[in-house]
Amino acid sequence: MIEFQNIGKSYDGVMAVDNLNLHIAQGELVVFIGPSGSGKSTALKMINRMIDHDRGHILLEGREIDSFDVRELRRRMGYAIQSVGLFPHWTVARNIATVPQLLGWPRERIHQRVCELLTLFGMAPAQFLQRLPHQLSGGQQQRVGVARALAADPAVLLMDEPFGALDPVTRATLQLELKRVHQSSGKTIVLVTHDIDEALLLADRIVLLNHGQVVQVATPLALLSNPADDFVLDFVGRADLGIKLLSLKPVAPLVCRAPAPPGSPTLANTASLREAVATLAVHGASVLSIVNLQQEVVGSLHAADVFSPATPSHG
Amino acid sequence: MRWQAHPVLAVCTTLGLWAAWALPVARLAPNRLLSGEPVFLSALLPGWAGWMVLPLIVLVFSPTQAPAPIPTVSAPGGLMDRWHPVTTLLLMAALLAGLFWLVGRYAQQVTFTESRLARTSLGAGFWSLLALAWLASLDAVQHLTRSAVLRHALMGGVALPFVTLLMLGVGHDLSILKEYANRDDVFWTAVRRHLQIVAVATLPSVLLALPLAWACSRFTRLRQAVFPLLNIIQTIPSIALFGLFMAPLAWLALRFPALSQAGISGVGLAPAVLALVLYSLLPITRSALAGLDQVPEATQTAARAMGMSAGQIFWRVELPLALPVLLPGLRTAVVQTIGLAAVTALVGAGGLGSLMFDGLFSAANDLVLLGVLPIVLLAMLVDALFKAAISFTRPATVLDGAPPVAQLADAGRYTA
Amino acid sequence: MAEADTANTPRPTRWVRDPLLWVLAAFGALTYGLPHAEGVFGALFPELERPVYLQEPFAELVWRHLALVLVSSALATAVGLGAGIAVTRRSGRVFEPMMQTLAATGQTLPPIAVLALAVPVVGFGDRPALIALALYGLLPVLQAALAGLAAVPQAALESARAMGMTPAQVLRQVEIPLALPVWLAGVRTSVIINIGTAAIASTVGAKTLGSPLIVGLSGFNTAYVIQGALLVGLLAVAVDMGFERLARRVAWSN
Repeated sequence: MIEFQNIGKSYDGVMAVDNLNLHIAQGELVVFIGPSGSGKSTALKMINRMIDHDRGHILLEGREIDSFDVRELRRRMGYAIQSVGLFPHWTVARNIATVPQLLGWPRERIHQRVCELLTLFGMAPAQFLQRLPHQLSGGQQQRVGVARALAADPAVLLMDEPFGALDPVTRATLQLELKRVHQSSGKTIVLVTHDIDEALLLADRIVLLNHGQVVQVATPLALLSNPADDFVLDFVGRADLGIKLLSLKPVAPLVCRAPAPPGSPTLANTASLREAVATLAVHGASVLSIVNLQQEVVGSLHAADVFSPATPSHG
Repeated sequence: MRWQAHPVLAVCTTLGLWAAWALPVARLAPNRLLSGEPVFLSALLPGWAGWMVLPLIVLVFSPTQAPAPIPTVSAPGGLMDRWHPVTTLLLMAALLAGLFWLVGRYAQQVTFTESRLARTSLGAGFWSLLALAWLASLDAVQHLTRSAVLRHALMGGVALPFVTLLMLGVGHDLSILKEYANRDDVFWTAVRRHLQIVAVATLPSVLLALPLAWACSRFTRLRQAVFPLLNIIQTIPSIALFGLFMAPLAWLALRFPALSQAGISGVGLAPAVLALVLYSLLPITRSALAGLDQVPEATQTAARAMGMSAGQIFWRVELPLALPVLLPGLRTAVVQTIGLAAVTALVGAGGLGSLMFDGLFSAANDLVLLGVLPIVLLAMLVDALFKAAISFTRPATVLDGAPPVAQLADAGRYTA
Repeated sequence: MAEADTANTPRPTRWVRDPLLWVLAAFGALTYGLPHAEGVFGALFPELERPVYLQEPFAELVWRHLALVLVSSALATAVGLGAGIAVTRRSGRVFEPMMQTLAATGQTLPPIAVLALAVPVVGFGDRPALIALALYGLLPVLQAALAGLAAVPQAALESARAMGMTPAQVLRQVEIPLALPVWLAGVRTSVIINIGTAAIASTVGAKTLGSPLIVGLSGFNTAYVIQGALLVGLLAVAVDMGFERLARRVAWSN
């Protein structure tokens, strides 16, 4: 879908991005992460030519992005930024409708699309269509921002630290919503963040950058299991590496069919091992009762199985 | 290193060259009543003078590493970066002084060769070149330093050779200086009177505005009532307000002879000062109020907790903290008053305006200039002094930058 | 709070309570009624031979005053906004600090100075007035143009670019609507100052509402002065109120 070939960009002699080679497949959610000044935002902005690359080629669906008319290129990509950038003088509806209107969609289709997107993000159209940005909370504004980015149904969605300015609760909610939207729409998403937990939660693949160079490209699990060097180790959080790994693993493979003793604490079968460990520790238990969405017992989880890599001790 | 055309300097140079060629740098008239024949710079300069343009061209298209960056607090810029603006300033100073010297010398020659009544006045070309040199210098100082004080000092420095020549008597044969020589005591009386009007109007205004602002910061109702009223006053043209005060004041002076003995009557200082005080109220009150509003609640609470009385809190805590916002408003008020005081001449208050209007009514351009130029210079001087004072209360502020939207009105003028 | 009141009162009452309407009514009454008010002014100022200014009909003076202000303000607005837009585009940015300083420094000059300086250059009459008013009126508009455009949120501009709007579209759809309230404030300041300066322009030979004032001042005719002052004062207040209304409609945030 998107291909970086030997991409380089320098400012005043300093390489902001150095020899970036990357292939992003269609439908993938790739996260660019790294410390400040690592070039992650620069790399993102080169995709829709907000910043022009000095060297190398960027290909979109096999075609050089330089060969597109820049406006046409940008209208095919959604762009969401941390400060959202909603147009203060336009209603929510008009904001979301920006690109469709630029593309000349008929009014009915635009209206339908706007309502569809608002509903997708859990905002009742009747309530929010005519509101102005300053009447929305931070979380609502960002939702509208992302909706606006998705309005023309672009194949690619670019996001530059979209949740950075939000409080932790709203951030967590929006992260899950984005994950859901990605899974249901199958869009290619490139997201920049400095928050490793966000990256681990959302990414199909993580690209870790430092001083403009790629340090490691891997799935979250691979990144945590096989960090390429000390920098990666420090970045992902050397101390709670194990806990983070656990958050990526589901409980399902370790659940055995035998029911737990009565009075055992319960845990959802969609939970991660991290939540399992936390629940075990808090209740001082050694067995958990696993329940499904309808609160029916489907099995049990033993602490011993969580901490030993061998096959389950019970059938 | 790349060759770079410096845009502002390029524009100034192009316009300057056109002005030097197309506009007369002086006008020669046989007597005071007739307007003069144009005299062009080309007539005054020796043949080789054309080459003097060369340094300017060099400056316009000069090699630089990158466009000279405006110095920041963290990147003050080295000497090499600064050669361009420094050279520009030196060149502008030389240009001004040289131009003045040429015209002055020409005027001197005229007094020897023509009749005694002949007048040489400065022409549009001179004034245009003056303005363009000022513009180019303004651009150069912005690239040299961020400090408002230093910028004004440098601008003053550019004018220094010119002023020195003036003091040395070069150009005393120019008509405007002859006019000054003829009326020199009238001139200085007018200047003193003008300053007197400004002072007498500003002081009561400040004394009224500060308590008013304090009261408005306490009582929102008052704020809502006061400002629409002040706004209406500000909207009324100055000459109308002066005029509207004349009749009542005249009537009062008739009824209470004590007033007219004290100098208050329908004409002169009284209606002028009264109106000027009212005009200054809005800028000062508004900025004082804005200043008081932004004093942090915590500071006031702490002061109260320390046992300070309301008065002490106001004078020792609130006012000093409000100063950075108050001073710009005060600056606007005083500069505005300097301008309005010129109009007061029409109601008989005297001042530099009276010279100006005398000139206008008798079609004597030099007299008009003799009245207007000091007013302009005075306004600019006061503005510069205030900006210096303001920069001492807020050291890192660039005052010539974009004003915050909310303070837009305070940076400009309100009324004519 | 006042808005809620006006929303609930019936329409006719609202018209009656509208201050702008009263000011305009007073202005109209004076313009056409003053020539017939000889009796009133004669009684107030018995010592004057000519208690009412009759050299030109007041209506004509009003018209000339308005024409002068309108033409000069239109020019000033067009050039000011145009220059403001031009120096905030990529190619013009080099000139922005210069324009900023020019607009700020220029306003320390008293408008009367610009008027007086125009005379040696173009002579007497309507022309120096027009030039001076246009030049001086340019400055607040330019300053407001720059401030308004600077106040457009960076994030909005970045988003607009990233969504594929052309620079012209960004200007038209985002920058101008967002800068408009500030621009309007600048134009308002410019026009109000121009109304005042136009009154003084009678001293350079222009025939405006200032003429009764100037003639009255030089001839010690207080009645003339009052008539001129009332008219030009009411005009200024009315125009300012009109701008206030306009500002409320243009504001996109409350």
